[in-house]
Amino acid sequence: MKRAFEIIDHTADVGIIAYGADVEELFSNAALALFSLITEPESIDEKLRLGLEVRSKGRDDLLVEWLNELIYVFDVKHILFRRFDINSLTPNRLKADCYGEAFSPLKHKINVGVKAATYHMLKLDKSGNGYRAQVIFDV
Amino acid sequence: MTPWQGQLIKVDDYRWKIPENYKTGMRVPGLIYASKEMLESMCEEQTPEQVANVAFLPGIVGYSLAMPDIHWGYGFPIGGVAAMDVRSGVISPGGVGYDINCGVRLLRSNLNEAEVRPKINQLINGLFLDIPSGLGSEGKIRVGQKEMNELMVEGARWAVRRGLGSHEDLDVTEENGCMGGADPGKISDKAAKRGMPQAGTLGSGNHFLEIQIVKEIFDSDTASVMGITEIGQILVLIHTGSRGFGHQVCTDHLRVMEQAVSKYGIKLPDRQLACAPIESSEGQDYLAAMACAANYAWANRQCIAHWIREVFSRVLGKGPEKLGMKQVYDVAHNIAKIEEHVIDGRKLKVCVHRKGATRAFPAGHKDTPDCYKKIGQPVLVPGDMGRCSFIAVGTHKAMDETFGSTCHGAGRVMSRGAARRSMRGADVVLELRRRGITVKAENIPSLAEEASQAYKDVTEIIDVVHKAGISRKVALAVPMGIIKG
Repeated sequence: MKRAFEIIDHTADVGIIAYGADVEELFSNAALALFSLITEPESIDEKLRLGLEVRSKGRDDLLVEWLNELIYVFDVKHILFRRFDINSLTPNRLKADCYGEAFSPLKHKINVGVKAATYHMLKLDKSGNGYRAQVIFDV
Repeated sequence: MTPWQGQLIKVDDYRWKIPENYKTGMRVPGLIYASKEMLESMCEEQTPEQVANVAFLPGIVGYSLAMPDIHWGYGFPIGGVAAMDVRSGVISPGGVGYDINCGVRLLRSNLNEAEVRPKINQLINGLFLDIPSGLGSEGKIRVGQKEMNELMVEGARWAVRRGLGSHEDLDVTEENGCMGGADPGKISDKAAKRGMPQAGTLGSGNHFLEIQIVKEIFDSDTASVMGITEIGQILVLIHTGSRGFGHQVCTDHLRVMEQAVSKYGIKLPDRQLACAPIESSEGQDYLAAMACAANYAWANRQCIAHWIREVFSRVLGKGPEKLGMKQVYDVAHNIAKIEEHVIDGRKLKVCVHRKGATRAFPAGHKDTPDCYKKIGQPVLVPGDMGRCSFIAVGTHKAMDETFGSTCHGAGRVMSRGAARRSMRGADVVLELRRRGITVKAENIPSLAEEASQAYKDVTEIIDVVHKAGISRKVALAVPMGIIKG
């Protein structure tokens, strides 16, 4: 099976490259990559479900919006997620159910505080039989 | 990444020019302040390309400037300065950065090393307990929507009004800790929700508190005006910004700017440079929102400064007045400001973007506080954790060449991942302890990312700005105790 994602680690940049057989899987893997930057996803249990909806003017931007929404939920509600069911996805709108649990300092080791997904070096392309996306985060 | 292959013209030992014809679309040349050695590492990172890209922005005047601590950023390089004519130019949230009004505040004291060293553990523990730090930390002040609206407009004054600090602090804070034009109506619900619980917190990443010892004084007359009078004197440095609030403001407005770029037909070499004409509604809305975030950061540093004084008083059993814990200065290093500068012999109102750059106004300038009118505005340049920090002052040459700006810090040379792979956070703590430095952090493994080896040496950076004349070094301090978020 193809890898779900890779971590980018440049001098001043932290980011991800996500893969997916289709765009839905790409968006789901990008979200998983984000939480694997923040903590160890294996340490997150699926104790709650949160439905999210984001809108944007195009598919690339939608990916940034989606990741920024997850960062916002983590910053305000302190929820870590490990599974994402993308229920509907158009270039302008995404609806997803996200599964995870509230952050607990005793249980979850935080690697880095991700503060925003940027447009910097943003890429979303078809690659081989599937899709590939690159996103850089501000940490 | 392949090294940058573009053309750099040597002006003198510390100035390097990227000619305007390097790339079609540049409106002005680029100018980099650096030594020859620094230039090589900048080219390895492709940073000069970003300096050239900023020169594309409409209304840019003079040069697209780069300070010696410049490194690769999002769109704009970190350490970049660009001034745009307010009538024909643009404002870009990327030219300010995500952490709006990230900045530094310095407190002095009349304590010396011998008095403080025996109590350093108590002080560091006290600061760690009293000043919320780390990811998702929440403040010990309760800020509801009403208070948030006041805080966004009043900045550090809001904190002083609540008894956290004094009016004297405001006199020695850039903009007196309160930027005009702030409009909470331009702030999204999301931004406010991120901001409210985080008011009065240090945060995570490269933010810190440091108890420092004055190690060297280069200009005793100037230093004494700042109340820095002897080697061994204790200082406290605060480095933090606008937390998740500033990030959300930047994210929200980048989205608006993206649309403005096509609406106003602006041609850009990089999406992250998204901008809008300063006079457009999008530009004015961003300025009003940015001022809210700048004020939030000033309120944040004001609260933290007050709690530092309380901890020192409690541990040392003396009031803050007796301890002489006055504020030296507070400067922003991620901000855009409307200022008047002389360009080609005529006065022009410009919007100066300083992203990872510090204002450095000279003696006599109207915005230099009265108590510093004779020496120039203090410039605070923190180094990495464990090395040293500098205190400098602004100069007339900075006014002539860099829109009154200078460097802001050290700048990374090693990625976070590479730093973590090459050392362990716990070893960094031991190494610092061996050198007499106590460190306390919410997240020990992440300390590896902030180790000295991961950063440029701030001493070399200060040497360049000092020798180039865009600021003048005054004193150097080394850490004794550190709190990391």
